Amino acid sequence: MSNNSAANSSLVIAQKAVKQLRLEASVRRIKVSQAAAELKTFCLQNAHKDPLLTGVPSSDNPFRPPKSCVLL
Amino acid sequence: MGEMEQLRKEADSLKDQITAARKAVQDSTLQEAAASITVVGRVQLKTRKTLRGHLAKIYAMHWSTDSKLCVSASQDGKLIVWDSITTNKVNAIPLKSSWVMTCAYAPSGNLVACGGLDNMCSIYNLKGKDGNVKVMRELAAHTGYLSCCRFLSDSEIITSSGDCTCVLWDIETGTQKTVFAGHQGDCMSLAVSPDFKFFISGACDFTAKLWDIREASCRQTFGGHESDINAIGFFPNGNAVITGSDDATCKLYDLRADQELITYQDSGIMCGVTSLAPSVSGRLLLAGYDDFNVNIWDALKAERVGVLAGHDNRVSCIGVSSDGMACCTGSWDSFLKIWN
Repeated sequence: MSNNSAANSSLVIAQKAVKQLRLEASVRRIKVSQAAAELKTFCLQNAHKDPLLTGVPSSDNPFRPPKSCVLL
Repeated sequence: MGEMEQLRKEADSLKDQITAARKAVQDSTLQEAAASITVVGRVQLKTRKTLRGHLAKIYAMHWSTDSKLCVSASQDGKLIVWDSITTNKVNAIPLKSSWVMTCAYAPSGNLVACGGLDNMCSIYNLKGKDGNVKVMRELAAHTGYLSCCRFLSDSEIITSSGDCTCVLWDIETGTQKTVFAGHQGDCMSLAVSPDFKFFISGACDFTAKLWDIREASCRQTFGGHESDINAIGFFPNGNAVITGSDDATCKLYDLRADQELITYQDSGIMCGVTSLAPSVSGRLLLAGYDDFNVNIWDALKAERVGVLAGHDNRVSCIGVSSDGMACCTGSWDSFLKIWN
């Protein structure tokens, strides 16, 4: 491979990098206050549906066999 | 000025532009937004089941969408599908290559996939006619190890590789539909967004990238970590990304604000993060570390609220079931544990 084509491929790589950065720079951003508030709201609104957070009563826990009484 | 020099200048200028644009929307912090809420009380999960059967280190596990079955991959050369409630082995699939690093369960429950140092992603049909589980497809094209794979459906799967790329495959034809190139280091982990339109990848170039699957483009790149990103996941509403790194921290990046909102770190934690999974509300972040423990973080307050101590070696993988009822950890000690 000649020196020229090595230089050309570096150029192509650099052009792609600039193109990608232009794309990422153009992203529409919302304010952190809004983003953070919405994350907080999601957590709080779904808290009651989160078994690892609320705890699971053994009667509803599929991983825990219910204690049964054996009548002899 | 030569063209290379010009391009270099333009790249630097664009990077400064991005930094400035991120700062311009930084009117607050997650700490401020969460100031009025109290830290969750101590979370004490107990081991409910121990899945025994692998004979070597477990490298990966993935829940089925039914929240009952799960698949694990071990360097004993087996993929095991477990019924996590009965602890029975539903399938024990012998692999051609024992150097497996990842496994995945298709949302339909029909297929599982795995791959590793063989550079391939092998797809297995669990619901074959004669009841035998066979290799359905071998997806070969990566020039580096397969670090992670996740199904979009029974016909499409996304893989991440040590060759620094991620690939979207057509399982039917066994061909690459899209190659996602851009990372400057091994891709270690990937996660698909809840709406299946995007995926995120974490790599050894210390960055996480958000990719638009159909547009085949990288939308955003997130930096800040000081070492390899080993684990990555979406916050349950799809608007944020959580990463875990060898720098001993986890970070939360908001996609719409295009920046890091918080870091989960503790001066007492000095070892790398290997795996992570949020609980279904996003409030808890469970992260596995090299020191054999799983730390449970209050995701909004960035405080540690619990520890899962039970493995005798590194926790290599972790997953929370879709219904949020349980967390599964897999370890180099060859066991999987189900906690809630």
